[in-house]
Amino acid sequence: MPSDRPLLSLRAAFLRQFLRNGRGIMRRPADVANPLLFFFMVITLFPLGLGPDPIRLATLAPGILWVVALLASLMVSAKLFASDFEDGSLEQLALAPYPLAVTALAEVCAHWLATGFLLALASPIFGVMLGLPNEGLLTLLVSLLLGTICLTLIGALGSALTVNIRRGGLLLSLLIIPLNVPVLIFGTAAVREAVQGGNPESWLALLGGLALGSLVVVPLAIGPALRVSLDS
Amino acid sequence: MWTFIHKLGSPPWFFRFSGTLVRWLLPITVTLLLVGAIWGLLVAPPDFRQGNSYRIIYIHVPAAVVALAGYYLMAFAGAVSLIWRIKMADVTMRASAPVGAILTAIALVTGAIWGKPTWGTWWIWDARITSMLILLFLYLGVVALFEAYENKTAAARACAVLSLVGMVNIPIIYKSVDWWYSLHQPASIKFSGESAIDSSMLYPLLLMIVAFYFLFTVTLLLNMRAELVWTHRESGWLKQLVGDS
Repeated sequence: MPSDRPLLSLRAAFLRQFLRNGRGIMRRPADVANPLLFFFMVITLFPLGLGPDPIRLATLAPGILWVVALLASLMVSAKLFASDFEDGSLEQLALAPYPLAVTALAEVCAHWLATGFLLALASPIFGVMLGLPNEGLLTLLVSLLLGTICLTLIGALGSALTVNIRRGGLLLSLLIIPLNVPVLIFGTAAVREAVQGGNPESWLALLGGLALGSLVVVPLAIGPALRVSLDS
Repeated sequence: MWTFIHKLGSPPWFFRFSGTLVRWLLPITVTLLLVGAIWGLLVAPPDFRQGNSYRIIYIHVPAAVVALAGYYLMAFAGAVSLIWRIKMADVTMRASAPVGAILTAIALVTGAIWGKPTWGTWWIWDARITSMLILLFLYLGVVALFEAYENKTAAARACAVLSLVGMVNIPIIYKSVDWWYSLHQPASIKFSGESAIDSSMLYPLLLMIVAFYFLFTVTLLLNMRAELVWTHRESGWLKQLVGDS
Protein backbone atom coordinates (compact mmCIF):
# COMPACT_ATOMS: atom_id res chain seq x y z
CA MET A 1 0.00 0.00 0.00
CA PRO A 2 1.27 3.50 -0.74
CA SER A 3 0.96 4.52 2.91
CA ASP A 4 3.36 1.75 3.98
CA ARG A 5 6.31 3.34 2.22
CA PRO A 6 8.19 6.24 3.80
CA LEU A 7 7.47 9.52 2.11
CA LEU A 8 11.04 10.14 1.00
CA SER A 9 13.62 7.94 -0.68
CA LEU A 10 16.65 7.18 1.46
CA ARG A 11 18.78 9.56 -0.56
CA ALA A 12 16.25 12.34 -0.14
CA ALA A 13 16.05 11.70 3.57
CA PHE A 14 19.85 11.80 3.86
CA LEU A 15 20.04 15.08 1.92
CA ARG A 16 17.27 16.65 3.93
CA GLN A 17 18.93 15.78 7.24
CA PHE A 18 22.28 16.97 5.90
CA LEU A 19 20.89 20.31 4.75
CA ARG A 20 18.90 20.78 7.94
CA ASN A 21 22.00 20.30 10.10
CA GLY A 22 24.08 22.38 7.71
CA ARG A 23 21.67 25.27 7.92
CA GLY A 24 21.62 24.99 11.70
CA ILE A 25 25.40 25.15 11.83
CA MET A 26 25.51 28.14 9.51
CA ARG A 27 23.14 29.97 11.83
CA ARG A 28 25.74 29.63 14.58
CA PRO A 29 29.00 30.85 13.07
CA ALA A 30 30.63 30.79 16.49
CA ASP A 31 30.42 27.01 16.44
CA VAL A 32 32.50 27.05 13.28
CA ALA A 33 34.96 29.73 14.30
CA ASN A 34 35.65 28.56 17.84
CA PRO A 35 37.33 25.27 16.99
CA LEU A 36 39.57 27.04 14.49
CA LEU A 37 40.48 29.65 17.07
CA PHE A 38 41.16 26.90 19.58
CA PHE A 39 43.45 25.21 17.06
CA PHE A 40 45.24 28.48 16.44
CA MET A 41 45.73 29.36 20.08
CA VAL A 42 46.86 25.95 21.24
CA ILE A 43 49.38 25.82 18.38
CA THR A 44 50.75 29.07 19.78
CA LEU A 45 51.18 27.51 23.20
CA PHE A 46 53.74 25.05 21.93
CA PRO A 47 56.47 27.49 20.94
CA LEU A 48 55.78 29.29 24.20
CA GLY A 49 56.23 26.08 26.11
CA LEU A 50 59.04 24.49 24.13
CA GLY A 51 61.09 27.54 23.19
CA PRO A 52 61.25 29.35 19.86
CA ASP A 53 64.10 27.36 18.35
CA PRO A 54 62.86 26.93 14.78
CA ILE A 55 64.73 23.70 14.12
CA ARG A 56 63.27 21.97 17.14
CA LEU A 57 59.80 23.28 16.35
CA ALA A 58 60.11 22.09 12.76
CA THR A 59 61.02 18.60 13.98
CA LEU A 60 58.09 18.52 16.36
CA ALA A 61 55.64 20.26 14.02
CA PRO A 62 53.90 17.21 12.51
CA GLY A 63 53.17 15.76 15.93
CA ILE A 64 52.07 19.08 17.41
CA LEU A 65 49.74 19.88 14.53
CA TRP A 66 48.14 16.46 14.57
CA VAL A 67 47.71 16.27 18.34
CA VAL A 68 46.11 19.70 18.46
CA ALA A 69 43.83 18.78 15.55
CA LEU A 70 42.82 15.69 17.50
CA LEU A 71 42.07 17.75 20.60
CA ALA A 72 40.06 20.28 18.60
CA SER A 73 38.08 17.44 17.07
CA LEU A 74 37.41 16.02 20.55
CA MET A 75 36.18 19.39 21.68
CA VAL A 76 33.64 19.76 18.92
CA SER A 77 32.48 16.15 19.10
CA ALA A 78 30.92 16.78 22.47
CA LYS A 79 28.41 19.12 20.87
CA LEU A 80 27.58 16.97 17.87
CA PHE A 81 24.32 15.39 18.95
CA ALA A 82 23.72 17.58 21.96
CA SER A 83 21.46 20.21 20.42
CA ASP A 84 19.38 17.63 18.58
CA PHE A 85 19.07 15.62 21.75
CA GLU A 86 17.92 18.58 23.79
CA ASP A 87 15.21 19.80 21.47
CA GLY A 88 13.80 16.32 20.91
CA SER A 89 14.56 16.03 17.22
CA LEU A 90 16.89 13.10 17.90
CA GLU A 91 13.96 11.15 19.26
CA GLN A 92 11.94 11.98 16.16
CA LEU A 93 14.86 10.83 14.05
CA ALA A 94 14.95 7.53 15.90
CA LEU A 95 11.22 7.05 15.33
CA ALA A 96 11.40 7.92 11.65
CA PRO A 97 11.18 5.10 9.10
CA TYR A 98 14.73 5.74 7.90
CA PRO A 99 17.69 3.85 9.31
CA LEU A 100 19.20 5.86 12.13
CA ALA A 101 22.68 4.97 10.83
CA VAL A 102 21.99 6.86 7.59
CA THR A 103 20.41 9.95 9.13
CA ALA A 104 23.10 10.11 11.80
CA LEU A 105 25.72 9.86 9.04
CA ALA A 106 24.07 12.85 7.34
CA GLU A 107 24.43 14.80 10.54
CA VAL A 108 28.06 13.78 10.91
CA CYS A 109 28.81 14.81 7.31
CA ALA A 110 27.39 18.28 7.87
CA HIS A 111 29.37 18.52 11.08
CA TRP A 112 32.60 17.43 9.39
CA LEU A 113 32.25 20.03 6.66
CA ALA A 114 31.97 22.73 9.31
CA THR A 115 34.79 21.53 11.54
CA GLY A 116 37.31 18.92 10.38
CA PHE A 117 37.24 19.98 6.75
CA LEU A 118 37.94 23.62 7.56
CA LEU A 119 40.60 22.59 10.07
CA ALA A 120 42.37 20.58 7.40
CA LEU A 121 42.19 23.44 4.91
CA ALA A 122 43.61 25.89 7.46
CA SER A 123 46.36 23.59 8.67
CA PRO A 124 49.09 24.57 6.18
CA ILE A 125 49.03 28.09 7.61
CA PHE A 126 49.78 26.75 11.07
CA GLY A 127 52.32 24.38 9.60
CA VAL A 128 54.20 27.36 8.21
CA MET A 129 53.97 29.06 11.59
CA LEU A 130 55.64 26.09 13.23
CA GLY A 131 58.30 25.96 10.58
CA LEU A 132 57.11 22.81 8.82
CA PRO A 133 59.09 22.54 5.58
CA ASN A 134 57.18 23.19 2.37
CA GLU A 135 57.36 19.57 1.28
CA GLY A 136 55.19 18.63 4.22
CA LEU A 137 52.39 21.14 3.80
CA LEU A 138 50.34 19.43 1.12
CA THR A 139 50.69 16.07 2.85
CA LEU A 140 49.61 17.73 6.08
CA LEU A 141 46.47 18.99 4.40
CA VAL A 142 45.59 15.68 2.77
CA SER A 143 46.38 13.65 5.86
CA LEU A 144 44.19 15.93 7.96
CA LEU A 145 41.39 15.78 5.41
CA LEU A 146 41.35 12.00 5.59
CA GLY A 147 42.14 11.88 9.27
CA THR A 148 39.42 14.28 10.36
CA ILE A 149 36.87 12.07 8.63
CA CYS A 150 37.90 9.26 10.98
CA LEU A 151 38.18 11.57 13.98
CA THR A 152 34.75 13.09 13.38
CA LEU A 153 33.12 9.70 12.96
CA ILE A 154 34.71 8.23 16.07
CA GLY A 155 33.92 11.43 17.96
CA ALA A 156 30.32 11.11 16.83
CA LEU A 157 30.23 7.60 18.27
CA GLY A 158 31.54 8.92 21.56
CA SER A 159 29.01 11.73 21.50
CA ALA A 160 26.21 9.25 20.79
CA LEU A 161 27.21 7.19 23.82
CA THR A 162 27.58 10.12 26.21
CA VAL A 163 24.96 12.63 25.09
CA ASN A 164 22.59 11.75 27.93
CA ILE A 165 25.23 11.79 30.65
CA ARG A 166 25.93 14.74 32.88
CA ARG A 167 29.40 16.14 32.17
CA GLY A 168 29.70 13.61 29.40
CA GLY A 169 32.33 15.69 27.62
CA LEU A 170 35.22 14.44 29.72
CA LEU A 171 34.04 10.85 29.56
CA LEU A 172 33.81 11.24 25.80
CA SER A 173 37.49 12.14 25.63
CA LEU A 174 38.39 9.09 27.73
CA LEU A 175 36.43 6.82 25.43
CA ILE A 176 37.59 8.27 22.15
CA ILE A 177 41.31 8.84 22.58
CA PRO A 178 42.36 5.16 22.42
CA LEU A 179 40.33 4.67 19.27
CA ASN A 180 41.99 7.69 17.64
CA VAL A 181 45.54 6.43 18.14
CA PRO A 182 45.93 4.70 14.73
CA VAL A 183 44.74 7.82 12.90
CA LEU A 184 47.27 9.92 14.78
CA ILE A 185 50.09 7.48 14.08
CA PHE A 186 49.40 7.21 10.35
CA GLY A 187 48.81 10.94 9.96
CA THR A 188 52.05 12.01 11.61
CA ALA A 189 53.98 9.27 9.80
CA ALA A 190 52.71 10.58 6.47
CA VAL A 191 53.74 14.16 7.20
CA ARG A 192 57.12 13.12 8.56
CA GLU A 193 57.74 10.95 5.51
CA ALA A 194 56.97 13.88 3.22
CA VAL A 195 59.22 16.23 5.20
CA GLN A 196 62.11 13.78 4.88
CA GLY A 197 61.65 13.77 1.12
CA GLY A 198 60.10 10.33 0.88
CA ASN A 199 56.78 9.27 -0.59
CA PRO A 200 53.90 9.50 1.88
CA GLU A 201 51.49 7.63 -0.38
CA SER A 202 51.47 4.41 1.62
CA TRP A 203 50.61 6.20 4.85
CA LEU A 204 47.97 8.28 3.12
CA ALA A 205 46.55 5.11 1.62
CA LEU A 206 46.30 3.63 5.12
CA LEU A 207 44.56 6.78 6.29
CA GLY A 208 42.22 6.57 3.35
CA GLY A 209 41.47 2.97 4.23
CA LEU A 210 40.69 3.94 7.79
CA ALA A 211 38.47 6.76 6.57
CA LEU A 212 36.49 4.57 4.21
CA GLY A 213 36.24 1.80 6.76
CA SER A 214 34.99 4.22 9.39
CA LEU A 215 32.44 5.65 6.98
CA VAL A 216 30.94 2.21 6.57
CA VAL A 217 31.30 0.70 10.02
CA VAL A 218 31.00 3.51 12.55
CA PRO A 219 27.49 4.71 11.57
CA LEU A 220 26.32 1.13 12.21
CA ALA A 221 27.49 1.59 15.79
CA ILE A 222 26.23 5.17 16.11
CA GLY A 223 22.64 4.03 15.50
CA PRO A 224 22.41 1.64 18.47
CA ALA A 225 24.47 4.04 20.59
CA LEU A 226 21.93 6.82 19.97
CA ARG A 227 19.08 4.50 20.80
CA VAL A 228 20.78 3.52 24.04
CA SER A 229 21.17 7.18 25.00
CA LEU A 230 17.56 7.90 24.13
CA ASP A 231 16.35 4.94 26.14
CA SER A 232 18.30 5.67 29.29
CA MET B 1 24.34 -28.86 24.16
CA TRP B 2 22.12 -25.97 23.15
CA THR B 3 19.88 -26.74 26.08
CA PHE B 4 22.87 -26.39 28.34
CA ILE B 5 23.74 -22.99 26.88
CA HIS B 6 20.11 -21.94 27.16
CA LYS B 7 20.07 -22.91 30.81
CA LEU B 8 23.16 -20.78 31.44
CA GLY B 9 21.01 -17.79 30.58
CA SER B 10 18.92 -18.26 33.68
CA PRO B 11 20.37 -16.54 36.77
CA PRO B 12 19.30 -19.14 39.34
CA TRP B 13 20.61 -22.05 37.25
CA PHE B 14 23.84 -20.23 36.46
CA PHE B 15 24.33 -19.36 40.11
CA ARG B 16 24.05 -22.98 41.19
CA PHE B 17 26.22 -24.21 38.30
CA SER B 18 28.91 -21.60 38.85
CA GLY B 19 29.00 -22.44 42.55
CA THR B 20 29.91 -26.04 41.75
CA LEU B 21 32.33 -24.89 39.05
CA VAL B 22 34.15 -22.51 41.37
CA ARG B 23 34.42 -25.15 44.06
CA TRP B 24 36.34 -27.34 41.55
CA LEU B 25 38.27 -24.63 39.72
CA LEU B 26 39.62 -22.79 42.73
CA PRO B 27 41.90 -25.57 43.99
CA ILE B 28 43.01 -26.35 40.42
CA THR B 29 43.86 -22.68 39.87
CA VAL B 30 45.81 -22.40 43.09
CA THR B 31 47.72 -25.60 42.31
CA LEU B 32 48.57 -24.49 38.79
CA LEU B 33 49.67 -21.06 40.00
CA LEU B 34 51.84 -22.51 42.74
CA VAL B 35 53.45 -25.14 40.52
CA GLY B 36 54.02 -22.64 37.72
CA ALA B 37 55.38 -19.98 40.03
CA ILE B 38 57.77 -22.29 41.82
CA TRP B 39 58.91 -23.84 38.55
CA GLY B 40 59.42 -20.50 36.87
CA LEU B 41 60.71 -18.45 39.77
CA LEU B 42 62.95 -21.05 41.36
CA VAL B 43 63.59 -24.09 39.19
CA ALA B 44 64.08 -22.72 35.68
CA PRO B 45 67.68 -21.76 34.86
CA PRO B 46 68.82 -18.11 34.93
CA ASP B 47 68.99 -16.31 31.61
CA PHE B 48 72.31 -15.89 29.82
CA ARG B 49 71.90 -12.15 29.39
CA GLN B 50 69.52 -11.03 32.11
CA GLY B 51 70.41 -13.37 34.94
CA ASN B 52 67.58 -13.84 37.36
CA SER B 53 65.67 -10.63 36.65
CA TYR B 54 63.99 -12.19 33.62
CA ARG B 55 61.86 -14.34 35.94
CA ILE B 56 59.17 -11.72 36.18
CA ILE B 57 58.26 -12.86 32.66
CA TYR B 58 56.32 -15.66 34.36
CA ILE B 59 53.85 -13.09 35.67
CA HIS B 60 54.19 -10.38 33.06
CA VAL B 61 53.51 -12.41 29.91
CA PRO B 62 50.57 -14.46 31.22
CA ALA B 63 48.92 -11.32 32.58
CA ALA B 64 49.30 -9.59 29.22
CA VAL B 65 48.03 -12.58 27.23
CA VAL B 66 44.97 -13.09 29.42
CA ALA B 67 44.24 -9.36 29.53
CA LEU B 68 44.02 -9.29 25.75
CA ALA B 69 41.94 -12.46 25.63
CA GLY B 70 39.70 -11.01 28.31
CA TYR B 71 38.91 -8.02 26.14
CA TYR B 72 37.76 -10.32 23.35
CA LEU B 73 35.63 -12.23 25.82
CA MET B 74 34.10 -8.96 27.00
CA ALA B 75 33.38 -7.83 23.46
CA PHE B 76 31.94 -11.23 22.55
CA ALA B 77 29.68 -11.18 25.59
CA GLY B 78 28.62 -7.66 24.62
CA ALA B 79 27.76 -8.84 21.11
CA VAL B 80 25.69 -11.73 22.49
CA SER B 81 23.87 -9.36 24.80
CA LEU B 82 23.13 -6.90 21.99
CA ILE B 83 21.96 -9.51 19.49
CA TRP B 84 20.01 -11.91 21.67
CA ARG B 85 19.25 -9.63 24.65
CA ILE B 86 20.51 -12.24 27.11
CA LYS B 87 20.92 -10.73 30.56
CA MET B 88 23.63 -13.16 31.60
CA ALA B 89 25.77 -12.00 28.71
CA ASP B 90 25.43 -8.48 30.13
CA VAL B 91 26.59 -9.74 33.50
CA THR B 92 29.57 -11.53 31.91
CA MET B 93 30.62 -8.39 30.11
CA ARG B 94 30.30 -6.17 33.17
CA ALA B 95 32.16 -8.62 35.34
CA SER B 96 35.07 -9.13 32.95
CA ALA B 97 35.84 -5.42 32.53
CA PRO B 98 37.43 -4.74 35.93
CA VAL B 99 39.20 -8.14 35.95
CA GLY B 100 40.73 -7.44 32.56
CA ALA B 101 41.68 -3.90 33.56
CA ILE B 102 43.51 -5.12 36.65
CA LEU B 103 45.35 -7.79 34.66
CA THR B 104 46.45 -5.13 32.17
CA ALA B 105 47.67 -2.98 35.04
CA ILE B 106 49.57 -5.96 36.46
CA ALA B 107 51.19 -6.51 33.07
CA LEU B 108 52.21 -2.84 32.86
CA VAL B 109 53.57 -2.68 36.41
CA THR B 110 55.50 -5.94 36.13
CA GLY B 111 56.80 -4.71 32.80
CA ALA B 112 58.07 -1.56 34.48
CA ILE B 113 59.66 -3.58 37.27
CA TRP B 114 61.30 -5.74 34.62
CA GLY B 115 62.47 -2.71 32.72
CA LYS B 116 64.36 -1.09 35.57
CA PRO B 117 67.17 -3.63 35.93
CA THR B 118 67.15 -4.61 32.24
CA TRP B 119 66.99 -1.26 30.46
CA GLY B 120 67.80 1.06 33.32
CA THR B 121 64.47 2.85 33.10
CA TRP B 122 61.01 2.31 34.60
CA TRP B 123 59.17 3.19 31.46
CA ILE B 124 59.97 2.95 27.79
CA TRP B 125 57.74 3.75 24.84
CA ASP B 126 58.15 0.54 22.93
CA ALA B 127 55.45 -1.08 20.82
CA ARG B 128 54.23 -3.71 23.24
CA ILE B 129 54.12 -1.50 26.32
CA THR B 130 52.31 1.26 24.44
CA SER B 131 49.78 -1.21 23.05
CA MET B 132 49.17 -2.54 26.56
CA LEU B 133 48.67 1.01 27.80
CA ILE B 134 46.04 1.66 25.15
CA LEU B 135 44.36 -1.62 26.07
CA LEU B 136 44.19 -0.35 29.65
CA PHE B 137 42.53 2.85 28.44
CA LEU B 138 40.02 0.82 26.44
CA TYR B 139 39.15 -1.24 29.52
CA LEU B 140 38.90 1.82 31.76
CA GLY B 141 36.67 3.49 29.18
CA VAL B 142 34.22 0.61 29.37
CA VAL B 143 34.23 0.70 33.16
CA ALA B 144 33.80 4.49 33.21
CA LEU B 145 30.95 4.37 30.69
CA PHE B 146 29.13 1.81 32.78
CA GLU B 147 29.48 3.87 35.93
CA ALA B 148 28.30 7.04 34.17
CA TYR B 149 24.88 5.73 33.17
CA GLU B 150 22.19 5.61 35.84
CA ASN B 151 19.95 3.18 33.99
CA LYS B 152 22.05 0.04 34.20
CA THR B 153 20.31 -1.79 31.35
CA ALA B 154 21.12 1.06 29.01
CA ALA B 155 24.60 1.18 30.52
CA ALA B 156 25.21 -2.46 29.60
CA ARG B 157 24.10 -1.88 26.03
CA ALA B 158 26.29 1.21 25.69
CA CYS B 159 29.27 -0.75 27.01
CA ALA B 160 28.51 -3.55 24.56
CA VAL B 161 28.64 -1.10 21.65
CA LEU B 162 31.86 0.45 22.94
CA SER B 163 33.61 -2.86 23.54
CA LEU B 164 32.62 -4.10 20.09
CA VAL B 165 34.07 -0.99 18.46
CA GLY B 166 37.18 -1.45 20.62
CA MET B 167 37.47 -5.07 19.55
CA VAL B 168 37.43 -4.11 15.87
CA ASN B 169 40.02 -1.46 16.63
CA ILE B 170 42.47 -3.58 18.62
CA PRO B 171 44.22 -5.21 15.63
CA ILE B 172 44.45 -1.81 13.94
CA ILE B 173 45.85 -0.20 17.08
CA TYR B 174 48.39 -2.97 17.63
CA LYS B 175 49.62 -2.87 14.05
CA SER B 176 49.81 0.92 13.93
CA VAL B 177 51.73 1.10 17.23
CA ASP B 178 54.08 -1.58 15.87
CA TRP B 179 54.79 0.49 12.77
CA TRP B 180 55.06 3.66 14.88
CA TYR B 181 57.71 2.02 17.00
CA SER B 182 59.68 0.64 14.06
CA LEU B 183 59.78 4.16 12.60
CA HIS B 184 61.11 5.71 15.76
CA GLN B 185 63.20 2.89 17.18
CA PRO B 186 66.01 4.50 19.15
CA ALA B 187 69.34 3.10 18.05
CA SER B 188 70.69 2.60 21.55
CA ILE B 189 68.15 0.20 22.96
CA LYS B 190 67.96 -3.17 21.29
CA PHE B 191 65.65 -5.00 23.64
CA SER B 192 63.71 -7.32 21.42
CA GLY B 193 66.36 -10.02 21.09
CA GLU B 194 63.69 -12.41 19.92
CA SER B 195 66.03 -15.26 20.60
CA ALA B 196 64.32 -18.63 20.58
CA ILE B 197 63.25 -19.31 24.13
CA ASP B 198 64.71 -22.47 25.60
CA SER B 199 62.24 -25.21 26.47
CA SER B 200 63.35 -25.18 30.09
CA MET B 201 61.97 -21.65 30.26
CA LEU B 202 59.14 -22.12 27.80
CA TYR B 203 57.26 -24.87 29.64
CA PRO B 204 56.86 -23.02 32.94
CA LEU B 205 55.77 -19.99 30.93
CA LEU B 206 53.07 -21.97 29.15
CA LEU B 207 52.00 -23.45 32.44
CA MET B 208 51.69 -19.99 33.98
CA ILE B 209 49.67 -18.82 30.98
CA VAL B 210 47.25 -21.70 31.49
CA ALA B 211 47.20 -20.95 35.22
CA PHE B 212 46.34 -17.30 34.53
CA TYR B 213 43.49 -18.36 32.22
CA PHE B 214 42.12 -20.44 35.09
CA LEU B 215 42.64 -17.48 37.43
CA PHE B 216 40.72 -15.21 35.10
CA THR B 217 37.87 -17.70 34.84
CA VAL B 218 37.59 -18.17 38.58
CA THR B 219 37.76 -14.42 39.25
CA LEU B 220 35.21 -13.77 36.53
CA LEU B 221 32.81 -16.37 37.94
CA LEU B 222 33.16 -14.99 41.45
CA ASN B 223 32.56 -11.47 40.15
CA MET B 224 29.51 -12.61 38.20
CA ARG B 225 28.12 -14.36 41.26
CA ALA B 226 28.62 -11.19 43.28
CA GLU B 227 26.75 -9.17 40.61
CA LEU B 228 23.90 -11.67 40.60
CA VAL B 229 23.67 -11.62 44.38
CA TRP B 230 23.40 -7.83 44.34
CA THR B 231 20.94 -7.59 41.44
CA HIS B 232 18.68 -10.35 42.66
CA ARG B 233 19.01 -9.69 46.38
CA GLU B 234 15.24 -9.38 46.79
CA SER B 235 14.31 -12.44 44.76
CA GLY B 236 12.96 -15.65 46.22
CA TRP B 237 15.36 -18.10 44.64
CA LEU B 238 18.38 -16.35 46.08
CA LYS B 239 16.93 -16.08 49.54
CA GLN B 240 16.07 -19.76 49.45
CA LEU B 241 19.53 -20.69 48.22
CA VAL B 242 21.31 -18.63 50.86
CA GLY B 243 18.94 -19.83 53.54
CA ASP B 244 19.66 -23.45 52.59
CA SER B 245 23.47 -23.20 52.81
